[in-house]
Amino acid sequence: MTTRIGVVTFPGSLDDRDAQRAIRIAGAEPVPLWHRDRDLHQVDAVVLPGGFSYGDYLRCGAIARFSPVMEPLVEQAKAGMPVLGICNGFQVLCESHLLPGALTRNDHLHFLCRDQRLAVENADTAWTSDYTAGQEITVPLKNGEGGYVADERTLDALEAEGRVVFRYLGGNPNGSRRDIAGITNEAGNVVGLMPHPEHAVETLTGPTTDGLGFFTSVLKNLVTA
Amino acid sequence: MARVVVDVMLKPEILDPQGQAVQRALPRLGFEGISDVRQGKRFELEVEGPVDRAALARVRELAETFLANTVIEDFTVRVEEAAGAPDPAASGTAAEGAVA
Repeated sequence: MTTRIGVVTFPGSLDDRDAQRAIRIAGAEPVPLWHRDRDLHQVDAVVLPGGFSYGDYLRCGAIARFSPVMEPLVEQAKAGMPVLGICNGFQVLCESHLLPGALTRNDHLHFLCRDQRLAVENADTAWTSDYTAGQEITVPLKNGEGGYVADERTLDALEAEGRVVFRYLGGNPNGSRRDIAGITNEAGNVVGLMPHPEHAVETLTGPTTDGLGFFTSVLKNLVTA
Repeated sequence: MARVVVDVMLKPEILDPQGQAVQRALPRLGFEGISDVRQGKRFELEVEGPVDRAALARVRELAETFLANTVIEDFTVRVEEAAGAPDPAASGTAAEGAVA
């Protein structure tokens, strides 16, 4: 049976199609999920894609968090289902309290779009097991509100528990505390990051194919589970 | 119908680059002597029925779960007196309007 990975489309999502494409290239079956869906159609994992859900009104991800689809998603994420939040999806995960902290306006106030070097710090999560700890990858980064913040206690806990999954290399692009680009929950099944691995899965359109590992990682973990 | 105002501000320890940009623009515009600017959000809620303790508790709940992200923001809730009432705060607002 093929592994089914859902991709939620909120009003204002942009990168849902690219996420579906990345899933297909990795060898799984992408399943489009709608923000109004009240169940997850028996998917094995879910990607919350990038974009500007609900126009980023109020705060990025704040309104998407209360979409009907988020209710079963939060429940199943807590039960161990792999969930990846990319960019706006990361913001939704923080607003949903599946991940700690919050994303704030870039410290330089500019929308930034560039290829970004990252260090993989944790290669034991559901979405990063095809990488090795310390590996360097390059994927696109594009956002206006990517500054990761949390109180010092939370940051210390994230570091101590190895829950910083990605760190920016070559200069902090947005004022994120401790150069954090992505984090995971305690169980390692929920991962959120601001950069876009789904845009780096083909040499024709991406700077690298470094992003493919996210999707092959979760596929392998689901098949062997 | 009564109006309840919810003010949401970034916590003091959270960097506010928008407020900083506004502050830095002030001397260029000839406004001297403003050492810091913090930018926030104000929500005006028209509440049906009496604004009693229970209603205010509901507003606080919605502010805490939705209007503010308490990881990075603080909020305050207050009832705004109806226009025309002999409330010093309300007349202060009217006076500022007259000056402008």
